[in-house]
Amino acid sequence: MLEGLLAGLSTAFTFTNIMMVIGGCLIGTFIGMLPGLGPMSIIAIMIPVAITIGDPSAALILLAGVYYGAVFGGSTSSILINAPGVASTVATSFDGYPLARKGQAGKALTVAAIASFSGGTIGAILLMVFAPALASVALLFHSSEYFALMVVGLSAIAAFAGTGQVSKALLMTFLGLMMATVGEGVLFNAPRFTMGVMDLQSGFGFITLAMAMFALPEAIFLVLDPGRSKTGDGSDSGKIKNLRITREEARKITPVIGRQSLQGFFIGVLPGAGATIASFLGYAVERNIASKEEQEEFGKGSVKGIAAPESANNAACTGSFVPLLTLGIPGSGTTAILLGALIALNVSPGPRLMVDEPQIFWAVIISMYLGNLVLLILNLPLIPYIAKVLAVPRNYLIPFILFFTLMGAYIGQNNATELLLLVGFGICATLFRFADYPLAPLLIGFILGPLLENNFSRAMQLYDGIGFVWERPMTLGLLILAVMLVVLPGYRARRARLRAEGVADGD
Amino acid sequence: MALDRWLALVILLICLAYGYAAYFTMDALLPPIMKRSPIWPSSFPKVLVIGAILLSLSILLGLEKSPDKSDAADINLSRLHEYKVGQAVLLLVLMVAYALLLRPIGFLAATFLFLSVGSFILGERRFGLMILVAAIAAGTVWYLVDVVLGIFLSPFPMFLSGG
Repeated sequence: MLEGLLAGLSTAFTFTNIMMVIGGCLIGTFIGMLPGLGPMSIIAIMIPVAITIGDPSAALILLAGVYYGAVFGGSTSSILINAPGVASTVATSFDGYPLARKGQAGKALTVAAIASFSGGTIGAILLMVFAPALASVALLFHSSEYFALMVVGLSAIAAFAGTGQVSKALLMTFLGLMMATVGEGVLFNAPRFTMGVMDLQSGFGFITLAMAMFALPEAIFLVLDPGRSKTGDGSDSGKIKNLRITREEARKITPVIGRQSLQGFFIGVLPGAGATIASFLGYAVERNIASKEEQEEFGKGSVKGIAAPESANNAACTGSFVPLLTLGIPGSGTTAILLGALIALNVSPGPRLMVDEPQIFWAVIISMYLGNLVLLILNLPLIPYIAKVLAVPRNYLIPFILFFTLMGAYIGQNNATELLLLVGFGICATLFRFADYPLAPLLIGFILGPLLENNFSRAMQLYDGIGFVWERPMTLGLLILAVMLVVLPGYRARRARLRAEGVADGD
Repeated sequence: MALDRWLALVILLICLAYGYAAYFTMDALLPPIMKRSPIWPSSFPKVLVIGAILLSLSILLGLEKSPDKSDAADINLSRLHEYKVGQAVLLLVLMVAYALLLRPIGFLAATFLFLSVGSFILGERRFGLMILVAAIAAGTVWYLVDVVLGIFLSPFPMFLSGG
């Protein structure tokens, strides 16, 4: 582990890579503040840039920096104008915005930055401890277990994404998997489902799909409902003074940060849970265990109420790297996009990554520390200036967001058909959003599709048929777990409903 | 019928077409030697499509009770009449136009037009500022992408660059 760490240090501490971290964090913060562009869209826009760099470590460091920056930028806009750019910072606005209204925006930002920094750093330490252990277990896995593990991941994501509507989330997952079969796969040297269209020969582009699923619907909603974006008045953003917090406040938030970093990390490791759930849960837990008079303060500008979701969501972001780096299975939409980027860079994440290319693995972890440090000492003082971006009027902001989604899909592909696909899928995605279909499962299904099919095929070939399911107990166990994840929420909801109607008896 | 069930119907139809291809037409093209393998190109799609058809049927028939959703803050179809649908449609048309014009008239002109017409659609009437912003943005993005990052973007109309 020590030599890996040293290799990582020497990779991360080159001039280029430090610039990558700093640049990534700044870009991420800048764009993350804008409504409509969450971490997923920003990373998708940055992928062509990262691929041009060529060096996988540098590219991954850049993307990780962008990721932290985007999450931090989201918190900033939550606090300053009550417009969370990202779902995972919604909980931050509960107390951050009231505090900013009292003229203490600077204090709220500092608490958020310290909490993010601690959450991210503690998360990175935990990642350093847990990832190698998990990877050494994962080395024992065969293709059949990988197949089963991916099924578990997909069903967990579906079960979490569609609370109460598991069938919709599952249908989206299947749709994503089906879309992944279009084009010429690696496994069979024959195009499938292309309907003779040349442009479909290489399948759908995953950046196009990511843009169409997330950035474009959000931009369309901004157009449809002008009340949705609260940019443009610029009245609050100019008044950020006094970034200091008192000793008393520091004493108050320390235990909160400690608890929520741990809790957030472990929630982040679970597939499907991720930063949003971690931040809401962190906020709820801290409110429940606070003393009576502190509970009163929650929602009115409590520093604890800012520290809890902020440390939880950053720790969870780091935690979500565990399954990505050790198993090659993304637990969230953002890590799914990172997985896509890694594959494009010819890096296959999984347990072999730590053995074959330790410098990549460790450089990413080191860059996490660096990224958090950059956010704390570089971005925080710059926030008053970066926040000026919030004053960009809507009439200019929206065309730029649309233009960035177009660019993301076009750069690197140089194919105008990709842009037409983007608009078409974007319209479909908007309709899906209107009908309450969750979209993250579709994208994760699409990215995991080829890996899932590969492992499935390998297992089928090895066991000459479907026999691997019952011949390997671990595979069977994982598949049963996957079924339970999907069936249990529905079963429990049904029983609760029946009980409410007074039909259920017995237990 | 609610929108989610209409969408389920559309997905069901797509699945039927996909399933027809997977079950009936794909295997015909398979070389005989591949037929001895336990896994065919159509195997995985065959499994997928059954799951997708069952799920879309379950939504179409309303087998799973959906929870009452009254989140007024989020986007909601019942408020459609309050929304600026016209602007959204025009911007989508503009994006299609951008896709079609990008190659023939070049990146700089297409981007300039996209940004200025886009803000015009959204109600911007300060033409001087509009043109200035669009021109600077188009130039800067082209410079960053093409010169700094080295990703080729054809800047001028096709007849000028000989392509």
